Amino acid sequence: MKISSQVNTEGFSTEHWYQVGRPALMVGGLLFLVLATVPFWGSGLVVDKLTTLFVYILLAVMWNLLAGYAGLVSVGQQAFLGLGGYFALRLVDIGMSPYPAFIVGALICALVALVISVFALRLKEGEFAIAMWVTAEVIRILVMFDPIVQGETGTSLLAMNQYAPELRRNINFWFGLLVVAGMLGLVLWLVNSRIGAAAQAIRDDEEAAKSIGIRVMRVKQIIFVVAAFGCALAGSLWLASSVTFQPRTYFGVQWTVFMLFMVLVGGLKTFEGPILGAIVFFLLQEFFGDYGAWYLAGLGVTAILFALYAPNGIWGEWQNRKGVRFLPTGVTLTLKNKE
Amino acid sequence: MLDAIIQGLLLGGYYAMLAAGLSLLFGVAKFINLAHGDLAILGAYLVLFGVKVLGLSPWLSVLLSLPIMGILGWLLQKYLFTRTQAAGFLLPLLVTFGLGAVLQNGLYGVFGSDTRSLANYIGDLSWDSWQLTDQISVGKLPVITFACAILVLAGLQLMLSFTRLGRAIRATASDPEAAELNGINANAVHCSVSAIAVMVTGLAGAFLAMRAQITPYDGPVQLIFAFEAVVIGGIGSLWGTLIGGIVLGISQSLGATLISAQWFQLTGHLVFLAVLTARFYSAIAHQRGGWRMFLKQSYFSITGSLPSKVTKTKIKNG
Repeated sequence: MKISSQVNTEGFSTEHWYQVGRPALMVGGLLFLVLATVPFWGSGLVVDKLTTLFVYILLAVMWNLLAGYAGLVSVGQQAFLGLGGYFALRLVDIGMSPYPAFIVGALICALVALVISVFALRLKEGEFAIAMWVTAEVIRILVMFDPIVQGETGTSLLAMNQYAPELRRNINFWFGLLVVAGMLGLVLWLVNSRIGAAAQAIRDDEEAAKSIGIRVMRVKQIIFVVAAFGCALAGSLWLASSVTFQPRTYFGVQWTVFMLFMVLVGGLKTFEGPILGAIVFFLLQEFFGDYGAWYLAGLGVTAILFALYAPNGIWGEWQNRKGVRFLPTGVTLTLKNKE
Repeated sequence: MLDAIIQGLLLGGYYAMLAAGLSLLFGVAKFINLAHGDLAILGAYLVLFGVKVLGLSPWLSVLLSLPIMGILGWLLQKYLFTRTQAAGFLLPLLVTFGLGAVLQNGLYGVFGSDTRSLANYIGDLSWDSWQLTDQISVGKLPVITFACAILVLAGLQLMLSFTRLGRAIRATASDPEAAELNGINANAVHCSVSAIAVMVTGLAGAFLAMRAQITPYDGPVQLIFAFEAVVIGGIGSLWGTLIGGIVLGISQSLGATLISAQWFQLTGHLVFLAVLTARFYSAIAHQRGGWRMFLKQSYFSITGSLPSKVTKTKIKNG
């Protein structure tokens, strides 16, 4: 492994993302280990709240992967969040134990996303956004036809009662931590891979990307399916901690409002931004969540203000101002200093 | 069945009026306003406010709400949409979606969660109907709504075809820069279009409130219906929007009558998705030299043998 930057003949030095990002990755790994021990010394409330935060982080990172890196603005990602919960319910109903069901359910959801992608990704921009919304509505109505969901009433994942409350809380936490760490790793790898580079090229100019031989549809499909898989995991994590399943809540468009807020405030098109956005959103939710509608309206106003005056979000603006990057994507070329 | 079709047709008039603003804004300013449905609901609440709080008559209240909605549309375009449109397609979507969230929750904050309706204020009109035959009757309100929709669409079409503003709008829609070179202020045109679009949308919202119960969170569904009508009818044509609205209305009405009430929305969505898919495949078929050739190719690509004639066409069309 070469730690120093490689120097080529033309007087440029290249810096790969993993070289720049090494300290940040180590801090992340350390944070993961520390978080893993929280259930041993933290109170139940802290464990519960952190699990909620994991759901937010997962959603924000997935939405940023779609909108920020691939330019696919979807207002229907709640479809996969709800389906993740629903498939888990169904799988438990046929005798699977809950946690494997969450994973398998999310995988089935990824398959569904693959089918949806065939027609949805042909659409552009706003049409894609609304077609996804309609798709989410169709899926919600279909799910509500299922007798075990009981229409508007919803149902509960009673199988979760086989674990003692304390144990359940801790398992949920570790499950969430693993899922978040795994998906963050996957996204980091993905955006730095050829696929990520291709996706960003498509986002910036689809025709140009096509003309240099990028398989636009295939790249979009990969991103779309991964994002759906992540949202489905978020849905099953939400189901694991809340136990109840109401179609209107799980398939509600408010999830997209949250994702939009987190990503815009944190920083669209950056890796760290959405995580920061999720933390900001989580704190706001804790302090102002009781104000209900006015609080939600405030979230909307804030998102609009960020979009107009700071489209790079808190993280992006800070990065631009200070010129520091913790986890950049791709390869940076710098002019080599003449010695 | 015939009854369902007639009800659906009349409902389609409402959808056309609702969708006209969306279609206009999309056609001229080339962006989809995700807060469209919420603006319709805002218009409805404005009329309700006039009736309930100020004690106006419903029709006067509708009339007074129109200029307010128009000014709102102008301001939204001038201070919000223009800023976002310069920065690509991402920002307009994000900002209008955020605006929708603001409108929904703002309305909820002001008016609360109670479902409201204008039906109580328009007297007999809300249930009166004309008897056509022994079995079929049509409600007066749906007929008035439908007639209004036709009037609005015809008015818009005449305005686009024959007035100075209409010419400017058409010029800006096809090429804003060329229009500017000819002395048209494209920004002002966009503002006027937005004002007209929001005004018509508010009117549609008022009709919705006469027909049904509304809550602050009904906007998104209205946006989806409007968008479906626009897409089914073909983007960029007002009369297409009317046809789209009617197709949507009839399919919803048939779904609800023939299958079950829950299918009302679902049939509409499915027809919309079917139209999208069909349009997409017909584009491919067109590329490959017509439907017959396309089907032949698909068939042979499944069975594995491609006759030479088909291969040739494929090469010719790249």
